Amino acid sequence: MVTAAKKSAASTTVGKAPAAPRTSGRRVEKASAVLEFSKADEIEAYRRMLEIRRFEEKAGQLYGMGLIGGFCHLYIGQEAVVVGMQAALKQGDQVITGYRDHGHMLACGMDPKGVMAELTGRRGGYSKGKGGSMHMFSIEKGFFGGHGIVGAQVSLGTGLAFANHYRDNGNVTLAYFGDGAANQGQVYESFNMAELWKLPVVYVIENNHYAMGTAVNRASAQTDFSKRGTSFNIPGEQVDGMDVRAVQAAGERAVEFARSGKGPYILEMLTYRYRGHSMSDPAKYRSKEEVQKMRTEHDPIEQVRARLLDKKWATEDELKAIDAEIRDVMNAAADFASHDPEPDPSELYTDILR
Amino acid sequence: MPTEILMPALSPTMEKGNLAKWLKKEGDAVKSGDVIAEIETDKATMEVEAIDEGTLGKILVPEGTQDVAVNTPIAVILADGEDASAIGTASPQAAESAPPVAAAPLEPSPVASAAPAAPAIVTSAVANPPQPEAVPEPDVPEGTEMVNQTMREALRDAMAEEMRRDGDVFVMGEEVAEYQGAYKITQGLLQEFGPKRVIDTPITEHGFAGVGVGAAMAGLKPIVEFMTFNFAMQAIDQIINSAAKTHYMSGGQIGCSIVFRGPNGAAARVAAQHSQDYTAWYSHIPGLKVIAPYTAADAKGLLKAAIRDPNPIIFLENEILYGHSSPVPKLDDFVVPIGKAKVARAGKDVTLVAWSIGMNYALKAAEELSKLGIEAEVIDLRTIRPMDVDTILASVKKTGRCVTVEEGWHQSGVGAEIVAQLMEKAFDYLDAPVLRVTGKDVPMPYAANLEKLALPTVQDVIDAARAVTYR
Repeated sequence: MVTAAKKSAASTTVGKAPAAPRTSGRRVEKASAVLEFSKADEIEAYRRMLEIRRFEEKAGQLYGMGLIGGFCHLYIGQEAVVVGMQAALKQGDQVITGYRDHGHMLACGMDPKGVMAELTGRRGGYSKGKGGSMHMFSIEKGFFGGHGIVGAQVSLGTGLAFANHYRDNGNVTLAYFGDGAANQGQVYESFNMAELWKLPVVYVIENNHYAMGTAVNRASAQTDFSKRGTSFNIPGEQVDGMDVRAVQAAGERAVEFARSGKGPYILEMLTYRYRGHSMSDPAKYRSKEEVQKMRTEHDPIEQVRARLLDKKWATEDELKAIDAEIRDVMNAAADFASHDPEPDPSELYTDILR
Repeated sequence: MPTEILMPALSPTMEKGNLAKWLKKEGDAVKSGDVIAEIETDKATMEVEAIDEGTLGKILVPEGTQDVAVNTPIAVILADGEDASAIGTASPQAAESAPPVAAAPLEPSPVASAAPAAPAIVTSAVANPPQPEAVPEPDVPEGTEMVNQTMREALRDAMAEEMRRDGDVFVMGEEVAEYQGAYKITQGLLQEFGPKRVIDTPITEHGFAGVGVGAAMAGLKPIVEFMTFNFAMQAIDQIINSAAKTHYMSGGQIGCSIVFRGPNGAAARVAAQHSQDYTAWYSHIPGLKVIAPYTAADAKGLLKAAIRDPNPIIFLENEILYGHSSPVPKLDDFVVPIGKAKVARAGKDVTLVAWSIGMNYALKAAEELSKLGIEAEVIDLRTIRPMDVDTILASVKKTGRCVTVEEGWHQSGVGAEIVAQLMEKAFDYLDAPVLRVTGKDVPMPYAANLEKLALPTVQDVIDAARAVTYR
């Protein structure tokens, strides 16, 4: 579990270790419950999470080579959150998030080539090279960005849910944001309207314990984010965001709650990012030991891998083969993103208005 | 001495109202706080309370009288021992004390803490607003019947027509539904379209602007009403960073068909935080269209066009113009194209460029200038972005002189942009420097005399036009 590790790892940088997953607010069910995964579920989760990790590692490489510019926020360590949540969705549901968005896009089924080419600012990118890392979209895959202003996606996601409600189409919106965004004022304006109008939205707070370099307890008076909807009567729960089974279980509960017309739901995912906030992170605000401990003891992919091997659902060789396959896909994406031409200069003046 | 009761003003911009009903008869005793009459405007009905004790000696304005000017004596109160014969010596009850006689309890402020009450009632503060010569839109067939409407009615009709036409159109904002609109622009919409499509929001501009943009990204067509654009500063991040930029940042994938509308600029006596003109602010932003109509017809036709437009639109209304009536073509579907200026008055000596309430100064100045032998051509810009520079150029090439008129500030104002465009594109045609008439470079003061000084005047426009024509 995430929290125990943090407690022992970094007493200086993480003053108050976050509490273990537990109940809060109008609870529907115990949060600690994990879903029983079948062999197929485990393999699928392993594959999806590994895709994100290998993509992000490749993006980090390309950044180092100068092929990716500007801001680049990697998702490594948090993979279980989007993979578990996505498994709770159905066709037509929508996803919206902030700027640490590569994992969400891949989880939604977007093509790694298109995402990587956007990172390198090429014409084959999802936004024709005009959006970059923080601004990509795919209506076809239900992904509504990719937003660079901290917290803006919470109001926008509430608006997507408003549209679902208006159309009575039975779709649900997942609005992801971090522990940093959770302190923005518009988040609470949105909570209020979402509960007031019973909008089908699940707020997924990815608490990776640091808003840039500021530890949660240095920025948040209430560090239990599952309680942040309490004064609006929005139920919330804390979830072990490093365990994909726990994420999916909570995701299914929350999505069902929202889909059935009961209004918004908050899931606080206790998670951890291994890399810096962005590529220029000085890494001075937490210890190497803290990061290392999370990687070795709570890695979301390793957990699945260990279960697969333990239950003899897969051999080392089979898992290696999956990894090799994924590496090939990501190498091809990187290759495409490195060689695809930049946008035509005429694109400067397109897409400003419809 | 008998005391006159004067017709009260119920808002800073109210000029007249109807005396709906007397609740006391002549001869009745009244004491302070008694409700003696009801008055109504096009927005609301209010009670008039007595301030002094005495007897209602004489009713000067019978009930049912329409358009009673503010400060007109409506009744006389006799003090103890006085009788009706004393009437005639009545002294007006302190008319200058504000609020005057009435002190009718204003409706509870719809924006209790955030904003000092939107004025409850708005009627024309500009007497006899000049009307542009009837230059019909090109697509208005000859012989079309014209109906006199207030801008308020025209805006409501535009929304209602578009909501009937397209189920994806809805309106949201503070007090748009049950209150019938803080400025009564959404009057009747709740009754026709129901609470699903006419949505009262909490007082959370940032949040509901974001919700509107999100709904637009999902394909709906929201009309987001800001009680005034002053409050939209809370929401400006969502307007600019989300609404205006996402289409570009998504390589054309994500559209945002949304109208942000509400009154912009100075009303009357509401001071600095409630009197700002944001035209130049929004006109700066690629990805937005910015509209600021002057006539009721343009308000209707442009709002209909804005609602149908697939882009984010800033639709800047003006509180003082809400009560102004002007002819609107009676057509099933009257739409005015966005991005086209209109020559509101033809002339050959100087071009006056204005929009929204600036037109009021420009047209009045043009009348005065005509008496001096200077024929001003007045261009109503109507859309600020995209700006119809061609229409300005065509006029300036003819007149060789230009004055811009706006209530906003001069630095980086819309007038500054027009001047720059003329420098770049009509330098050789200019016979004089282009001058700007703008609001003074100060926050809007509250005091009546200072407020007057802060705003442009007709005389300012006349002086500028004479300066550029050297007459």
